[in-house]
Amino acid sequence: MTTTTITQTDAPPEAGITITGLEKTFRGPGGPVRAVRGVDLHITPGETVALLGPNGAGKTTTIDMMLGLLPPDAGGVSLFGMTPQAAVAAGAIGAMLQTGQLIMDLTVREIIVVMGSLYPHPLPVDEVLDLTGMAPLARRRTQKLSGGQSQRLRFALALVANPDLLVLDEPTVAMDVEARRSFWATMRRFTARGTTVVFATHYLEEADEFADRVVLMAHGRIVADGPSTEIKARVGMRTIRATLPEASTAALEALPGVASADRRGAAVVLTSADSDRALRALLRAHPQARDIEITGAGLEEAFLEITGQDDPEDEEAVAA
Amino acid sequence: MSTATYARYEVLRTFRNKRFFIFSLIFPVTMYLLIAGPNKGEGDLAGSGISAPLYYMVGLIGFGTMVAVTAGGARIAAERTVGWNRQLRLTPLMTRSYLSAKVMTGYLMAGVSIVVLSVAGVGLGVRMPVGRWLEMVALILVALIPFAGMGIAIGHLFTTDSLGPALGGITSIFAFLGGTWFPITGSGFFVDLAHALPSYWLVQAGHVGIGGSAWGAEGWLVVTGWSIAMAVAAAWAYRRDTKRV
Repeated sequence: MTTTTITQTDAPPEAGITITGLEKTFRGPGGPVRAVRGVDLHITPGETVALLGPNGAGKTTTIDMMLGLLPPDAGGVSLFGMTPQAAVAAGAIGAMLQTGQLIMDLTVREIIVVMGSLYPHPLPVDEVLDLTGMAPLARRRTQKLSGGQSQRLRFALALVANPDLLVLDEPTVAMDVEARRSFWATMRRFTARGTTVVFATHYLEEADEFADRVVLMAHGRIVADGPSTEIKARVGMRTIRATLPEASTAALEALPGVASADRRGAAVVLTSADSDRALRALLRAHPQARDIEITGAGLEEAFLEITGQDDPEDEEAVAA
Repeated sequence: MSTATYARYEVLRTFRNKRFFIFSLIFPVTMYLLIAGPNKGEGDLAGSGISAPLYYMVGLIGFGTMVAVTAGGARIAAERTVGWNRQLRLTPLMTRSYLSAKVMTGYLMAGVSIVVLSVAGVGLGVRMPVGRWLEMVALILVALIPFAGMGIAIGHLFTTDSLGPALGGITSIFAFLGGTWFPITGSGFFVDLAHALPSYWLVQAGHVGIGGSAWGAEGWLVVTGWSIAMAVAAAWAYRRDTKRV
């Protein structure tokens, strides 16, 4: 029996982001709230991933644990082979948190300079000002910015870090449509460099338009994970309701674009991922259909649909 | 990557804050001129052996610098309240650099306070050799160490809303019992109490001006003890605060 070396200290650091068995329970006034209940996720470098879910799904709690701001009750996070704390210390992370205001008594340019100075490879300040459209406001004090401008500046502070991983928690929550559009346009230009991006949102459109991959969260768990088109098909269901006493549900289900059909007395309820197509087919086959109503299932309803058969513990978790 | 830039802007930010200026600079100078001005000729203030202009100069330097250094750390409360230090915790900035920037800023403000009050003192006839003056300033800077720790502790324990009263109340009590407003002489409970406070020794630094030894073993012991105690309090308050996130 001779020497068998089993040291593996030279193994290369794991690339990307790995989250395993992450759990977090908070003490709430009505008892414990299991905000995150076993999240496993691997993100390869360069991916843009949306964490999509309604309020209380556990997105922010997951992000806080991913960034090392909150210690998990169980499970672990590895960012590029490091602990969150080590990745932060190495300057690999740029983040825009959901809450948080800016400190006062500095100008827009100054606060970007200060933030940039803390990182090993910051972006040039002028580039960040241009990228975020803050250049015309560069000399304004932070306390004199509007809500939308502050939001853009907070985004600028995440970008100046020039991070390997950019984390954005509901970045567009207070923005109007126009601001939201220009925000994502900026993001597109920025991610062309190959930065890994994780963002939380409760807008399906944002996740669909911007992310390579959508991770759907509900009740503290991942309930679906895949390319955005796939997720959209699952949660983008619309309901068409019409008064149509004579048609059989089997015939209705056979119509193009219709996923399921139900009869409620004189009315029929069709669900569809492509309501335009389903409606045209319905009217062609049954021109006598009347009182037609189309409702887009909100994310909330869509999640209930997906997670409907989940375990009964769910109620307590949504309370958050 | 440089924390020097961070510290520089922290100073800039502080100097742009008007309230900070009023309490640590304009208020003490005004009080000095109001109190010491009419008593310019008083050579031995209430048996302290020190002239009124010198006594109040050091007394108000003590007050102004104490407020400046404590408030320097207490500014952490405002940053915590708006969530800014959560943001900073996601940068490579180390806690040590963050806190030392706060202390440094407090000391710089204290320096300004010392210069301005010294000029006012000279205007009211205070004279002493440069060497003694420097020795006096050095003692003041040492006696401020406990207040730097106290500021950091306050910054982590209070919110913006409760900060004003807390900061004002605590510094006023220390200043009052330490003899900022009138000399503490004789014996009794309040004298014993004063001797146990760092603010008393801050004011006693003025004794150097008349050639005496300002502190002695007792002074050094009290100031060192408070420095250690406040450093422990600051570390405890910091940990308590960051654990909750």
